[in-house]
Formats: sequence, structure tokens, C-alpha cells
Amino acid sequence: MLKKTLATLALAGSLLGAGQTLAADYVIDKEGQHAFINFKISHLGYSWLYGTFKDFDGSFSFDAAKPEESKVKVTVNTASVDSNHAERDKHLRSADFLNVGKHPTATFESTAVKSTGEGTAEITGNLTLNGVTKPVVIAAKFIGEGQDPWGGYRAGFEGSTKLRLKDFDIQKDLGPASQEVELILSVEGVRQ
Amino acid sequence: MQWHNSPARYGLVSILLHWGVALTVFGLFGLGLWMVGLDYYSSWYRSAPALHKAIGLCLFAAMLLRLVWRFLSPPPPLLDSYGPLTRLGARLGHGLLYLGLFAVIISGYLISTADGRGIEVFGLFEVPALVSGLPNQEDVAGLVHEYLAWGLVSLSVLHALAALKHHFIDRDVTLKRMLGCSR
Ligand code: HEM
Repeated sequence: MLKKTLATLALAGSLLGAGQTLAADYVIDKEGQHAFINFKISHLGYSWLYGTFKDFDGSFSFDAAKPEESKVKVTVNTASVDSNHAERDKHLRSADFLNVGKHPTATFESTAVKSTGEGTAEITGNLTLNGVTKPVVIAAKFIGEGQDPWGGYRAGFEGSTKLRLKDFDIQKDLGPASQEVELILSVEGVRQ
Repeated sequence: MQWHNSPARYGLVSILLHWGVALTVFGLFGLGLWMVGLDYYSSWYRSAPALHKAIGLCLFAAMLLRLVWRFLSPPPPLLDSYGPLTRLGARLGHGLLYLGLFAVIISGYLISTADGRGIEVFGLFEVPALVSGLPNQEDVAGLVHEYLAWGLVSLSVLHALAALKHHFIDRDVTLKRMLGCSR
């Protein structure tokens, strides 16, 4: 009985393993919103201010056996910025910061993925923000993958990168402690 | 001087309300333009918008009082010497000034209350948010507020020029009676 169960498990495992050698395409779970693009910036050097972009979309391809062949693409609606304060959000959308009237979308598209250890990688890619395109490196971490309870297959990652506001032509000066913003992407994809 | 309006002249209440509102509108306009350009480290960065909003809400109270007073103590009629075009222009202009004032005030209120936050008035009390969470509320209200503020101030300048024309060209009592004289 036990032997049979083990044999079944082993078979299931090898089948699953076989499936994983093909790089699979995933779409970010926007419908269930198991995905977040947050940012974090220092307020005067005294505390962290967090905000989020509520509307974005993206996809990635991923194969645990060949992480180097992974690809990511994300498009963000910059007007969806939300820091839980209407007057500040209005200011963030203005020409002082994101200039969303002129630059309604921000995009990230990976150009290279380098494995840096067990479940970690550096994703290099081009970030277009406020009309400026610059290469950035996202330090990414594989969180987990597997069957979901509803008949699908999911994989999730978290990654972050730091940007200098001036590099993306963001004019407002928030003081010496607030020259950089950290972007934190936490996404779950549903295999197609 | 009498408090109430009479068929020949404006009373003290209307005169004070008129000039008080005029001063406040130009003041808030200048304050508004100045405050949105302030440096983050300016000592006025937080207090200037707070003042703008608090004074603006007091202006709202003054405008309500003005409407009530207009009903209780009607203003003197337009001068007999006005031609039909002047009458139409005066009625239209004054109507638009009332409308514009309320629209600028309400749009400003809708910016600050878009996320359900109330507005603090001089630390004395808070005016609650009545309408919040409309789609893009703070952005739409902000644009409307900016354009209408320019419109209102332009119309006010036109209004002042018209009063000066009455005084210096037509040589009638239009301006003088808003200063408390009857002839
Ligand atoms: C007659 C009355 C008012 C006038 C003439 C006026 C005028 C202005 C002007 C010229 C600006 C700058 C717009 C820009 O360049 O972006 C401004 C901004 C602003 N006003 Fe008013 N205002 C009035 C009343 C109010 C009231 C009653 C409130 C709120 C209760 C208010 C709230 C605001 C806010 C929150 C902003 C800042 C918008 C931003 O962050 O860009 N205003 N106002």
C-alpha cells in the first residue's frame, strides 16, 4: 500500500518535472489582483512613505530549470498612483512628479536574467518612466509555484530596484534623504 | 449709514460683504498660485494651503449670508439711465459672478475631500467630506478649480472695469453707491 503510494508520487513528480522543462508563459493575475507594484520613499529621513500603482498588466515566461531564459514585461498606468492621500496623489500625477498627462504609461521589459543563487536572480531590463528610458536591474526572488485549488497553475516572484528620481527627470526635490525611490514588484502569474 | 439696502442705496451689510468678498477672491487667487509653486522645505508649504482652504470655506459662509441678505433686503434697482444692453450685461455678469464663486469654492472643496478627509478650519472645527471617491475626483476637481479660478478673476476684473466706466465715462452713481453714497 505504502509502496504503491510512493510509486504514484514519484510518477506524478517526474511528470510534473517533465512539464517544467518547457518555459511556460504566465499572465500576471490582474483579475484576482495577486500582484502589486509598490514604492517606498523616505519622508525627510524620518519615516517611509509607501504608495502603489493600482492599474498595471504584464506577463512573464519562466522555467525553474532554465531561469536565464525567463522574460518579463510590465506596463503600468501611471495615473493609477495611490498613496492614500488625494491631495498628494494629485501632486504625484502632476508635472512635478509623474507627469501622467504626458506620460500615461510606464513600462519595464527585461533584456537579460542572471541567476544569482537558489531562487534568486538579477533581471536587467529597460524601464521607461516619465518618458525616460534607462536600464535598471531588479533583484528578484522566486517565491513559489504549483497547482492552485481551482484548476490552474501559478508562479510568484518579488523583486525590487532603486531609482534616482533625477535620473527619470522627476523635478520636485523632496530633500537629501529622498533622492531615491524603491520600487517593489510582487507578482503572481497564471500559466497560460 | 443704514444696515439694510434701500431703493436709493446699498446698506452697510451689503457693502461690507461686497468688498470683503472682492478682497478675499483676489487674495485667494494670489495665495493659490503662490502656494502650488512652494518649495517642499518652505515653512509655508503646509500652512499656505491650510490657510487657502480655511479662508475659502469662510468665503463660502459669507456667500451664503450674501444670498440670504439679498433675499431679506433686496439691493437697489439698476439705474434708470442704463440702456438695454447695459442692463443685460449687468444682470448676466452679476449672475455669472455668483455662479463662478460657488463653482470655484465647491471644486476646491472637492479636491481636498476626494479621499473622505475633512477640512480643518483654523484648527477650530472640521468641515466633513460630503462627496468622495468619484472617479479621478481630485484631478477633475483640480482642473475645474484652476480654470474656473482664472475665469472668475478675469470676470471680476471686467466687473471692476465696468464700474470704473460707469464712474468716469458715464459719470453715474453706480460705483459711488457701492461705497455708501447715494448721489
Ligand atoms: C474664490 C475662491 C478661490 C479662489 C479664487 C481660488 C484660487 C485658487 C488658485 C488660483 C489655485 C491654484 C491653481 C493651480 O494653479 O493649480 C488654487 C488651488 C487650490 N485651491 Fe483654491 N481658490 C478658492 C477657493 C478654494 C476653496 C474654498 C478650497 C477648499 C476648501 C480651495 C482649495 C484649493 C486646493 C486644495 C488647491 C490646490 C490644488 C493643487 O494642489 O494643485 N480653494 N485655488
